[in-house]
Amino acid sequence: MSDGIIRKSFVIPANDFTIAGEASSSVKKMLIQLGADPQKVKKTAISMYEAELNAVIHANGGVAEVEIDRHKVFIRIKDEGPGIPDLELAMQEGYTTAPDSIREMGFGAGMGLPNMKRYADKLEITTEVGKGTVVEITVFLTDNEKEDH
Amino acid sequence: MKVREFAGQLNMEILTGENGLEKEIKGMYICDLLSWVMSHATKGDVWITVHTHVNIVAVAVMVDIPCIIIPEGIEVEEATIKKASEEDIAILRTSKTAYQIACEAGKLL
Ligand SMILES: Nc1ncnc2c1ncn2[C@@H]1O[C@H](COP(=O)(O)OP(=O)(O)OP(=O)(O)O)[C@@H](O)[C@H]1O
Ligand SMILES: [Mg+2]
Repeated sequence: MSDGIIRKSFVIPANDFTIAGEASSSVKKMLIQLGADPQKVKKTAISMYEAELNAVIHANGGVAEVEIDRHKVFIRIKDEGPGIPDLELAMQEGYTTAPDSIREMGFGAGMGLPNMKRYADKLEITTEVGKGTVVEITVFLTDNEKEDH
Repeated sequence: MKVREFAGQLNMEILTGENGLEKEIKGMYICDLLSWVMSHATKGDVWITVHTHVNIVAVAVMVDIPCIIIPEGIEVEEATIKKASEEDIAILRTSKTAYQIACEAGKLL
């Protein structure tokens, strides 16, 4: 990979399941093309996909900004949805407020946030009720970066 | 085993034409909770699910699932088949239940 930084942004449309996951899948393809380690690609793909889907399902869509450099992938997913009243509760496995119509599609296991926590090297969530949510995911592409941290 | 051979041995209908049939299958995963599949399925697993909406393809892409099996003859949306073809992921269908498919696959994989 070169020394440059690649920046990309994506619009995440609300409630459109036909293209939900497109942003994550583009980022995954970019990382593969850049020759990133498959394990890091997987970590990035899963954590970004979960954040992207949460924006679609719970927050009327949003935007994703992605920065890739030699050492890391940084993803910020921002929405202007309802916010999360109790983040600690929302982070628990199995907690969901997804309605039946969404659960019938196989979403709403309450595993998205726990998956992000498990697969991202760094996860920061800022949320305010009535304003929206910002999810910041970092995945280190080189192993020493993680130790430095 | 290649998807093509797997589909043939289990006598399954291939909904996606020629796409993705040369990919290698290493195991199997069965679950209908998408976030659960995301975190627990392994690259190379065939995935059995009753969901047929287009987002199953996104999940398969994320975790490198080469092939999705729809059991019990469930109808699959045209958009899902189209998307899977674009992404080179095979969708197979059979009238068998997930249990029957797993029993047969267990002898092959
Ligand atoms: N961007 C968001 N805006 C508002 N609420 C959110 C957002 N992300 C998560 N939540 C809330 O946190 C809960 C838990 O989220 P999580 O991703 O863990 O599970 P889920 O989306 O309900 O189900 P799954 O991700 O397994 O399909 C959601 O049900 C929702 O109430
Ligand atoms: Mg979620």
